[in-house]
Amino acid sequence: MNVYIVGMGISLPKKSSSEFSFREMIYEAAIKAYKDANIEPKNVDIFVSVSEDFEEGTSIFDEYVPDQLGAVLKPVHTICADALTGLVSIYSLIKTGHFKIGVLEAHSKLSNVKNHSHLFAMGLDPVYIRPLEVNPYFIAGLEMAMFLDSRGYDELDAAFVVSKNKSNALTFGRSPFGTTITPEEVLFSEPVSEPLKRLDISPNADGACVFVIANEEVAKERKKDLIRILGLGFGGFTPNIEMWRGDAEYLEVASKKAYSMAGIKNPIKEIDFAEIDDTFSYKELQHIEALSLSRVGESAELLKEGFYDLDGELPVNTTGGNMGNGNLSLMNGARSLYDAVLQLRGHAGNVQLLDPETALVASWKGLPSASGAVVILKREG
Amino acid sequence: MARKVGILGAGITKFMRRAKETGKELAFEAAKHALEEAGMDINEIDCVVISTAPDAFDGVHMKGDWLSDGAGAKKKPFMRSFVGGGSGVFSIIHGWYLVSSGFFDKCLIVAEEKMSSCMPHPQGAFNSIYDQFIERPLGVNLLWIFSLEMMRYMKVHKIPLETIALVAVKNKKNGLDHPCTQKGISGEYTVNDILNSEIIAYPVHRLMVSPVTDGAAAMVIAAEHEVKRRTDKPIWIEGVGFCLDTSYWTNRDLYYPKYVEYAARMAYEMAGIKDPRKEIHVVEPYDPFAYKELHHLEGLLLADKGEAPKLLEKGFWDRDTENGIPSSPSGGLLGVGNPIAAAGLMRVIEIYLQLKGEAGKRQVKREIKRGLAQAWGDLMQVGTVVILSK
Repeated sequence: MNVYIVGMGISLPKKSSSEFSFREMIYEAAIKAYKDANIEPKNVDIFVSVSEDFEEGTSIFDEYVPDQLGAVLKPVHTICADALTGLVSIYSLIKTGHFKIGVLEAHSKLSNVKNHSHLFAMGLDPVYIRPLEVNPYFIAGLEMAMFLDSRGYDELDAAFVVSKNKSNALTFGRSPFGTTITPEEVLFSEPVSEPLKRLDISPNADGACVFVIANEEVAKERKKDLIRILGLGFGGFTPNIEMWRGDAEYLEVASKKAYSMAGIKNPIKEIDFAEIDDTFSYKELQHIEALSLSRVGESAELLKEGFYDLDGELPVNTTGGNMGNGNLSLMNGARSLYDAVLQLRGHAGNVQLLDPETALVASWKGLPSASGAVVILKREG
Repeated sequence: MARKVGILGAGITKFMRRAKETGKELAFEAAKHALEEAGMDINEIDCVVISTAPDAFDGVHMKGDWLSDGAGAKKKPFMRSFVGGGSGVFSIIHGWYLVSSGFFDKCLIVAEEKMSSCMPHPQGAFNSIYDQFIERPLGVNLLWIFSLEMMRYMKVHKIPLETIALVAVKNKKNGLDHPCTQKGISGEYTVNDILNSEIIAYPVHRLMVSPVTDGAAAMVIAAEHEVKRRTDKPIWIEGVGFCLDTSYWTNRDLYYPKYVEYAARMAYEMAGIKDPRKEIHVVEPYDPFAYKELHHLEGLLLADKGEAPKLLEKGFWDRDTENGIPSSPSGGLLGVGNPIAAAGLMRVIEIYLQLKGEAGKRQVKREIKRGLAQAWGDLMQVGTVVILSK
């Protein structure tokens, strides 16, 4: 039995959303998704929401999920992970055969977080690391240095990611952080934790995203826009940052499972385009290599050659990634998934690729985690 | 389609007021015991499900990620599900769907709670579960809303306080036989002892409330082919159910937990149960407060509305009942302790041990083939149910 994405809705990424509550943004996305899937929430068997308490400023945040989704007195639960990991839950629930339609919800209200680095600090080990009272961006700085050094790359290589993605965002036209910027300009932005600079960091944004996922029986009633979930995986490495080695092992674990489910042997050839986490500039390169979308140590060269450009052989982050759309925290994977489905449906406007069939979406949970997920999609019909 | 999922092993740490171990160490200990019982190595496990209640207890953001290495998830897929107090029972539901779907074959489930880190008292952390504009500024905690719910339940069914106290008497006595029980909370109490304890928020008395506890519990579950290969005494997950009601708890009549009923109906349907009062033989309902056990037994459709207290007086829920349904033979949260997520999984483990006939002094007298564990949480809002069978 196959599982499909049959509907989706978004409250578009924005720099801040003081005029809306998180509930209103989720409601907006849910209404759009139900309309897109041509269902009523009463038809939904199962709901999954992704959130982390501290980010919401509310403990046991799942309390505040059901009403705006139309999920009152329905089976609802929260997954404390990125949206793509939440998608694994919905997928599995449908695959048990007990449920036909599931809904996945993710949102970001990072504009409510007064001091983001304080939030990161609360994720650090309270005994060994947090007492150092160092700005937690040092983790990204150290990891960036370790990654660049181990591959023989330099800061300019990472800056090319920013330039490409912000340019894609500008072309797309929907993304709030689209602009034309040269890699050299990224290098001249102020240092946050060397070699990480301000423009190596994707800016925070707000938004909400809802997906309707269904089994084959429900999906086949839909004559067009059939997007099949071909493979998924999620993975972790270790929360002990002192053991990190500059590789994204979590995506190695996740992609191994996803490729095996999807029967993909040569991802570079078989994947038409990818939406990959680029919360920090170097992360895109690190993730590309972990996903085997380049050989280790070759991603930077391929990037500069235009391999991952919109008109390249394997376009990456066609709508601008997190650099162009903003860092939406646990919603990052959902926004990437949304944009991948837009591409597969042929609705990506100025950045539309020529008839793509297979897409890969990969997410990272963000600082200071070492966990992420991968989804592979295929257009049918 | 759904694959049958069975249990291979379980482990629980000692429950205690203030553990010297870190949360990771507690998780490690429980996971190690579960793997030992299953006769497995961590390398044989495909994925780890982590369950733990609010991050505010530990003051650690992304608590599931932080606990992951202690729970055995180094370089492995792991996921944390969260439905407040319902999380412990939900954790096995989470593992069930990852295995039943065919996504993985073998899953380690680890539920951990370290409430003592929250100073001076974890009730303070519970203020942050309320609506930040309307309720939080009132300085409320959980005891406050449960006193309202308890009052409403007692008023609608005209239940005397003495009957509610009987739940604490029963469970604290049962808890004496649990090897993991928290020091000082189980014992031979009388109704008077319970009613003479301090009033915390009327009508809730101190001995009607489960204590603050640290601890962890773990289980190993697997797909049918793995279970049959590894054990000749399989215990199966027959049905699961969960349900979440509206956030606006003030708009509900609190005398009846409809969300528990809906969760139970989902689980009964999955297990093919038509008459739960005949087909459920032992039950572990969530009892963080004494009245909640009765409230939940009614929500689980094991008693008519308002009848659970009367059956309690008749000994219907006692451990040694021959015609009734033994309820909380473990001692429950009142008799063993309440490390929230771990307490929920402890209830599932009790049903597992009872069905295997390995509950020792706690083994129920009547013949049993099927048992149910249930938990509840959020703003009196979520019900989670699992049914196990031989």
